Amino acid sequence: MTTDEIELKALMLASLDGDAASHRALLERLSRRLRAYYKGKLSGIGRGVSEAEDLVQDALLAIHIKRHTYDPAEPLTPWVHAIARYKLIDFLRRTRTSRSDVPIDEADNVMTQDDSAGAESKYDLKRLMQQLPKNMRCSIEAVKLDGQSVAEAANRCGLSESGVKVNIHRGLKALAALIAKENTA
Amino acid sequence: MKTDDLIAMLSTNTEPVDRKLVIRTVCMALVAGALVAVGGALVGLGLRTDLTTARSLIFLVTKLAFAIAIVGVAAIYLTRLTRPGGELRTPSMLAAIPFVVIALLAGISLGTAPSSHWDKMIVGDAWLECLLSIPIIAIAPFAIIIWAVRQAAPTDLVRAGTFAGLIAGGVSAMAYALHCTDDSLPFVAVWYGGTIVLCTLAGAALGPRLLRW
Repeated sequence: MTTDEIELKALMLASLDGDAASHRALLERLSRRLRAYYKGKLSGIGRGVSEAEDLVQDALLAIHIKRHTYDPAEPLTPWVHAIARYKLIDFLRRTRTSRSDVPIDEADNVMTQDDSAGAESKYDLKRLMQQLPKNMRCSIEAVKLDGQSVAEAANRCGLSESGVKVNIHRGLKALAALIAKENTA
Repeated sequence: MKTDDLIAMLSTNTEPVDRKLVIRTVCMALVAGALVAVGGALVGLGLRTDLTTARSLIFLVTKLAFAIAIVGVAAIYLTRLTRPGGELRTPSMLAAIPFVVIALLAGISLGTAPSSHWDKMIVGDAWLECLLSIPIIAIAPFAIIIWAVRQAAPTDLVRAGTFAGLIAGGVSAMAYALHCTDDSLPFVAVWYGGTIVLCTLAGAALGPRLLRW
């Protein structure tokens, strides 16, 4: 087991307990590895690397939304890799490249390289947010973008506190779905 | 959107995560699916009325054991397959064991009976009813289980769909067994086994379409 795996897993466990700083550190570190992974894969099959950042964000969103599916009894690296690979295959299928073109890879692959060139995807968060239903949009804006507490958000959006939490959860899933739709178009 | 902005958004005010959620959701779906299937079978078809003899009781228990064994093994695999990368550490051939056992028992049963009885033992009285009922009863539990799997994140959609279909078929066979009066092991092996396999194949075919995330 590498030190990377140990550190990342510790961050993941803390983030599952609701520690925001750990969650942020985890996503930052994973984003660098995902960027290197996707750039390598896309150039490996003769595709431009400009779409790599879209994939990085797809994967980060998936890791966040699906973090409850991580089994703490297992190492973290294969879990991240499975998501990264799934999102890559899904992306290539949406953009019509056959799955057989994706080289078989090892689970360590996604963790071996780092690329911290901060970058931008083609997704426009403001525009995507406009497509969300009002309660989801308000809850996400309040809690996730303006950093308000759930109680404050409940007040602002006219929802119960559990309503705010449900709307954030559903809203992020809806955002991921909108992004997926964007890739098909 | 900048990736840093996305990370900032996702890590603002994060909530603790329920680590048992995946297993609980699958278990609840299993129970709900079984209740719907049993309820549907009892209301639509009715409980078999001849449960007074030891023979009929033994066969009811045998059919239930066959179905429950299938569901039990498949449920363990499905909870693994609902997690990303779960397919890599899930060699799933154990799921075939209940089928192998019932086929062996059916073979022994045929071997010890005169061949003139074979037709009756295999075809039974209600093979058509069995052939139709198990797949139809399986629809509701299949939908519930697919819903549960969608709450998680399978990365091998064909296999996750396969096991969802297998479980739905097993749950449905369990429900149908409460009604079915065809008491012979070859009948169970062919018609129960066959229809459950049919549900499994349907699950494999539908998995990639229904489970994408």
